[in-house]
Amino acid sequence: MNNKLIVSTSPHISSPVKTRNLMLDVIIALMPALVASVIFFGPRAILIEAVSVATCVVCEYICRKIMKRENTIGDLSAVVTGLLLAFNLPSSVPIYVPIIGGGVAIVVAKQMFGGIGQNFVNPALFARIVLMNSFPTLMTTWWAAGNFGADTTATASILANIKAGAEVGYTYLDAFLGNVPGCLGETSALAILIGGIYLICRKVIKPVIPLVYIVTVFVLSAILGLDPLMQILAGGLFIGAFFMATDYVTSPLTVKGKIIYALAMGVMTTLIRRFASLPEGVSYSILLLNIIVPLIERKTVPLPFGAVKEPKKAKEESK
Amino acid sequence: MAKQSGFLATLGFARDPGAPVPHRKNTSASATEVMPVPATVTIAMSMHIGAPCTPCVKPKDHVDVGTVIGSSPAFMSALIHSSVSGTVKKVDSILMPNGSKTQAVVIDTDGQQTLDPSLKAPEINSKEDFLEAVKASGLVGLGGAGFPAHIKLNPATPVDILCINGAECEPYITADEHEFLENYENVIYGITQVRKYLGVEKVLIGIEGNKPGAIALMKEKTAEYDYISVVTLPARYPQGAEKVLIDQMTDRQVPPGKLPADVGTVVMNVASIGFLGGYLKDGIPLTTKRVTVDGSAITTPKNVRVLIGTPIKDIIDFCGGYKETPAKLISGGPMMGIALMTDDFPVLKQNNAFLAFNEKDAKSFEPTSCIRCGRCVDACPMNLMPTKLEDGVLFKDVEILKEYGVMNCMECGCCAFVCPANRKLVHAMKLGKMYVREAGQ
Ligand code: SF4
Ligand code: SF4
Repeated sequence: MNNKLIVSTSPHISSPVKTRNLMLDVIIALMPALVASVIFFGPRAILIEAVSVATCVVCEYICRKIMKRENTIGDLSAVVTGLLLAFNLPSSVPIYVPIIGGGVAIVVAKQMFGGIGQNFVNPALFARIVLMNSFPTLMTTWWAAGNFGADTTATASILANIKAGAEVGYTYLDAFLGNVPGCLGETSALAILIGGIYLICRKVIKPVIPLVYIVTVFVLSAILGLDPLMQILAGGLFIGAFFMATDYVTSPLTVKGKIIYALAMGVMTTLIRRFASLPEGVSYSILLLNIIVPLIERKTVPLPFGAVKEPKKAKEESK
Repeated sequence: MAKQSGFLATLGFARDPGAPVPHRKNTSASATEVMPVPATVTIAMSMHIGAPCTPCVKPKDHVDVGTVIGSSPAFMSALIHSSVSGTVKKVDSILMPNGSKTQAVVIDTDGQQTLDPSLKAPEINSKEDFLEAVKASGLVGLGGAGFPAHIKLNPATPVDILCINGAECEPYITADEHEFLENYENVIYGITQVRKYLGVEKVLIGIEGNKPGAIALMKEKTAEYDYISVVTLPARYPQGAEKVLIDQMTDRQVPPGKLPADVGTVVMNVASIGFLGGYLKDGIPLTTKRVTVDGSAITTPKNVRVLIGTPIKDIIDFCGGYKETPAKLISGGPMMGIALMTDDFPVLKQNNAFLAFNEKDAKSFEPTSCIRCGRCVDACPMNLMPTKLEDGVLFKDVEILKEYGVMNCMECGCCAFVCPANRKLVHAMKLGKMYVREAGQ
């Protein structure tokens, strides 16, 4: 028996939480938003979501095959990307849009950088921005919510109305429940909140990023004379804050870094909404901050235990 | 780390150092059983940090319990005594668990366990006498480090606090808990003596909250000493790590590369102080050890008092043998213990547990890509960024390794435990330290 003993480095036990469990929890947390999307936008929502997920998984599979790397569809991260991408599309888009989007997300934003953990921008968001720039009209054609998706008249979103100086047209309750025009998964703040709380309870994410992000938008909107409550309920802030900004791969590892990152996103989102020509700024803010995460991280490396802050300065001063 | 950041950490506004390891203190209620004298013992000449001892006996010599069989003129070393009475069979070179070779004295026991006639309680009138006695006892840090006690108890800077480490944060192990329960008199006597000769003002006994029996007992028995306090520690790994323990109990942080004495503290493991208390009374050097034997492949998990040099397989036989084919055998706890390639190894002074696991529990998971979840960063008690350090190791980038402080890593394993991608982070840290050391030369 003796020659069969396994010799390996400590530790010899590990936490039962693995990558796949985490991704599965994210998928579960996205289910309330999925249900809400069907309630407000009808069966077409499911179709877009299914196509997006399928495209992402197939692309992931093919990429890994071509690169002759181990297969990673089992970690479920492609499913998460697929869902998030679909949630960022209007119900009106033709079916080729999620297909192109899924391809861009997985192939360009994720696998070309080496797969899970290596991408520096959130794949779903990157794809959304590419789609917005390629199909600006398709990506901003909102069908009215409610009636199980029967109503296909184009209407303006809340934030577009605010931008145009028009009537908001919807109550806080509509915006909270999600009974408003917008992307499939983003309209229902309630559904996202349920999912977000689930993620927090399951310790998949900690509240710091969504909390700081949303509070910043609220406070800054109030300061800039926007209706703060409508600003946080409308648009993609909740889904962005709970599901995109918290993406492990593209957010800072350090606590201080996370706070700075969330704060900066909040400021940027509000400034875009208030001053830029775009009605919505969540996607751009997150994407931009994704890009400077390495910088934030470098500036916020914690001091090793017991080390004193800037010993050099102290020494110089004492001289 | 150390102190729990509580609510802020739950919200993510502060780090949450440490790891939620399972406790599995199955042997908590198992009073220590004394194991019979084995047929032979193999006493290694290197059971401490520092220079190995040179055997000072030869084959056919008769030895008694407590006879010195190995010594070294080096400053950093510790005497080695025979744990049995019997005849020296051979002086041989053996393989140690870490892969190095060392000399060892193999003794055929006679079962009489006669004490060496020269042994007597040490006569102590001064600090010098005290340190001499500690040196003669062969005591080394019994918590696992094996640091010679006569050096630790003679710090270069003045110390005012003695911390007794009874945290025992590793899963499974309950040997220290039983040191409190079964040997508290000697623990307290040892404390009074160290206090007297080291001149410390305060003594803090730290015990994790998952050992209420030991806490209550020690509170009761130390009530009459106004300088001793019993501190209930949070039962969170790695509470027993020296720097973490000191921070938790005294609010002092030992800076990188420094020793506890640099912040005025001395830390002794409870088993060490308990042994010392006994030694000062009866003069019998370090020849036995209490070890916890547990794990899914062990028939009857137990606490066993064993003679140093006893082959591990004899101890396991004493615990009813293996109930399943063992796939992994660990000396120490599952977080920091060393995986042994065979159960032929003899017990060393600093051993405190042997764990044998069946195939299911021994299985290690294949590493997948780091998902940058930050769990390792959050968990590191030394405030390091293990995933960054792993990158530094992959690229063999000594600058990165130094910048991110790889040398501060204490190999506690929290990072690897929490990693959802099964990254072999401790292995990487070991390599990283090696690269830095190599580059420094
Ligand atoms: S815990 Fe593992 S997966 Fe998470 S950041 Fe650290 S190394 Fe990467
Ligand atoms: S880096 Fe070292 S000290 Fe930090 S958690 Fe990992 S093993 Fe422990």
